[in-house]
Amino acid sequence: MSQIDQDTSRFREIVRGKIKQNLRKYMSSDNLIGRQGKDLVSIPVPQVDLPRFTFGQPGRGGVGQGPGQPGDVLGPAQPGDGTGEAGDTPGQHMLEAEISMADLVQILSDELALPRIQPKGKKNIKSEVARYTDIRRVGPESLRHFKRTYREALKRQLAAGIYDPDNPIIIPVREDRRYRSFEAKPVPESNAVIIYMMDVSGSMGEREKRLVRMTAFWIDAWLKANYRQVQRRYLVHDAAAAEVEEDLFYRLHQSGGTKISSALQLCHQLIQTHYSPLDWNIYLFQFSDGDNFTSDNEQALRLLHDHLLPAANLYCYGQVDQRHYGDTFIDALERLSPLENLVMSHIPNDDAIYDVIKLFLGKGR
Amino acid sequence: MYTGALPPDLQAIKDEVEGYARTTGLDYPDVRFVMLDFNQINQVASYDGFPSRYPHWRFGMEYERLRKSYAWGLHRIYEMVVNTDPCYAYLLVSNLTIDQKLVMAHVYGHADFFKNNLWFAHTNRRMMDDSANHGTRIRRHIDKFGLDVVETFVDRCLSLENLIDQHSLAIRRTPIRPANDQQEEDEEPGRMPSKQYMDSFINPPAYLESMRQQHKQERVQEKKIPASPQRDVLLFLLEYAPLEPWQQDVLAIVREEAYYFAPQRQTKIMNEGWASYWHSHIMTRHALREDELIDYADHHSGTMATSPGRLNPYKLGIELFRDIEDRWNRGAFGPEYEDCDDQRARAKWDRQTGLGMKKIFEVRRIYNDVGFIDEFLTPEFAERHQLFSFRYNARANHYEIASREFADIKRQLLFNLTNFGEPIIEVTDANYQNRGELYLVHRWESIDLRLDYAQATLENLQAIWGRPVHLETVVTDKGMMRFSFDGKQHTRQ
Repeated sequence: MSQIDQDTSRFREIVRGKIKQNLRKYMSSDNLIGRQGKDLVSIPVPQVDLPRFTFGQPGRGGVGQGPGQPGDVLGPAQPGDGTGEAGDTPGQHMLEAEISMADLVQILSDELALPRIQPKGKKNIKSEVARYTDIRRVGPESLRHFKRTYREALKRQLAAGIYDPDNPIIIPVREDRRYRSFEAKPVPESNAVIIYMMDVSGSMGEREKRLVRMTAFWIDAWLKANYRQVQRRYLVHDAAAAEVEEDLFYRLHQSGGTKISSALQLCHQLIQTHYSPLDWNIYLFQFSDGDNFTSDNEQALRLLHDHLLPAANLYCYGQVDQRHYGDTFIDALERLSPLENLVMSHIPNDDAIYDVIKLFLGKGR
Repeated sequence: MYTGALPPDLQAIKDEVEGYARTTGLDYPDVRFVMLDFNQINQVASYDGFPSRYPHWRFGMEYERLRKSYAWGLHRIYEMVVNTDPCYAYLLVSNLTIDQKLVMAHVYGHADFFKNNLWFAHTNRRMMDDSANHGTRIRRHIDKFGLDVVETFVDRCLSLENLIDQHSLAIRRTPIRPANDQQEEDEEPGRMPSKQYMDSFINPPAYLESMRQQHKQERVQEKKIPASPQRDVLLFLLEYAPLEPWQQDVLAIVREEAYYFAPQRQTKIMNEGWASYWHSHIMTRHALREDELIDYADHHSGTMATSPGRLNPYKLGIELFRDIEDRWNRGAFGPEYEDCDDQRARAKWDRQTGLGMKKIFEVRRIYNDVGFIDEFLTPEFAERHQLFSFRYNARANHYEIASREFADIKRQLLFNLTNFGEPIIEVTDANYQNRGELYLVHRWESIDLRLDYAQATLENLQAIWGRPVHLETVVTDKGMMRFSFDGKQHTRQ
């Protein structure tokens, strides 16, 4: 490894440490979403800097060149140019650190102490995936490893003393040939489906949806890391439910009343037609402000108890509320006898997301 | 790894350009050109030109930054010259041929400057080898004591890197410890040899008493450590801080490299100005072919571009050198010229002295940026080049043009250059309050320190010193303040 690689990877380690330190902050801000590329997420971390005795920036001024009259504005001060009050916040120069989604999830699981998911169902059945990491002496010509073959031939010719540096012609014989070959890697075959359900009735505003979206980002990241294939379905409902695309899910505005059971009913149908609990790990996440028709609660609980909870790995209910209505859906859920795979929580504000994720995903199911 | 030799066509260009450089009077050591691709040149640049420097994440950070801004097309490094003998110059492989020609001419300017400017006279020309040795030494410490321990210590030293005596680089500092002169201690101060009967006349008791007092005071002053305020804080720490041998070694390395790089920062405007002057001179008078004109003009003007909020050292430097050449060619200097109030006469002043070329060679030999600006920046120049000073407007949170008065511009520019625009900080007492505490004083000159950084730096200083440390400075609106750190908590009063 060359020296710059060492120094760069050491620097990246330090950045990773920073991300770890500030994970709670990242989880309660929505600027990671949308910074997500195919494999990489770009994260703004505080500049890693060596402190030194230096001047507070703005006071300094300088000399420039060009037209203009005294008093003309040259440009805004950069954020972080502040004199830096002693002892409180660190400087605000930001560094764009790129980190792979897998690393981010690793940090997430380390910090939140998330247990590895034990897939249910075909627990012991493993499918094998071929990875071409091995080298063998026999194989099809199409997989011949040119470099290795050349190296073997060179070694043989050198050893045999027939290598001529002035006329370096290397002719591989049969014994020199090397072929790429696969190693079978056992991979647990388990598929997962996440069904998100969200209340889009009049009482769910932008703020609430943002909370849902941020929570869902981390749920997605975690489950994707745990399963080879994750399907996601999105259901919205007010008094009636419908399936929508992901994009629409977060944008849709409806007015009207709230019947949570409508979404649960649709979810039940979806599972029945597409996702047999025997083959699928099913994750249900429901978000609402909890302001359900009281008469509907019973219907919803019955659906959950009879059909959904037995089928699902996990059912999580997040109630994005600030105010307290009278008897909300979360109160009704609490009346259900405690079940292993039923988790519920309030999500009152951004800061709660860290704890909610820990609660939802901490079950290890 | 970095041995890309010049291909034959560039070798031919090099020989041509070097011929012109030689005949114009430039004087430089042997220049070794090395061709690098953008990735390699970014790597070398991250190490400030020394690919085998000691390992540190800071270089990795710089590399990431350069790599990204190259990938985004924000900048590219055309060349890099290192102050060594032979002088190493790195060229980017993907430069156009005309660019290589220009860049080589530029490189000879730098090489001449490194060799002849007095501020570089004491730099270590074998730094290429020595920096590799530093790397080996620090790597050995890492193997022995562990990465985390050594890295933390290097971080601390680097955080104090700028606490050297920036303006007296050439002074060979002896240990600060006062020499213990035992002999002197035995004799009575001030006593002259005399016969006994004359003694009370030659050595009157009152005089002897006063000498004794004076001597005692001197002794007290000498015992104080340091005897006088010390600006080379790193040397002071090397002498007095309770450090392990390996820690001393690391600190000495950081200090040596800080002193090595100091003149480059001290002559940024002159060095770039000089190199630009010569690439322009060599290209436009000798080396340029007709079909290269447009590319040359494009590249040259890109380098010389100015923007309102930033002073371009290339532009300021080249124009000042040209201005000096022109003035000394016309004889536009000296008391007679200075006293002339007639603007038109001054503009047309011509005594046919023709001293321009001689003068700029002299200037490149004996000045650094501070003297260069102080001596040669004129009101006419400032006006012609539309210079202004700018300041920060706290109420509106933006920068604005402050003044076009020559005196203001010059003061501001000199201020930014003095001590490289870094605060002047001295050690005044190593035994503050008789408790072995270190006392530093910031010589405040109307600009406050950045306090969060200052406190973090104090922590690093404390870790090296071992006992509590104090920094005295001034905070606008609050007056004199003392920041202290005792290893656990910060206090200020």
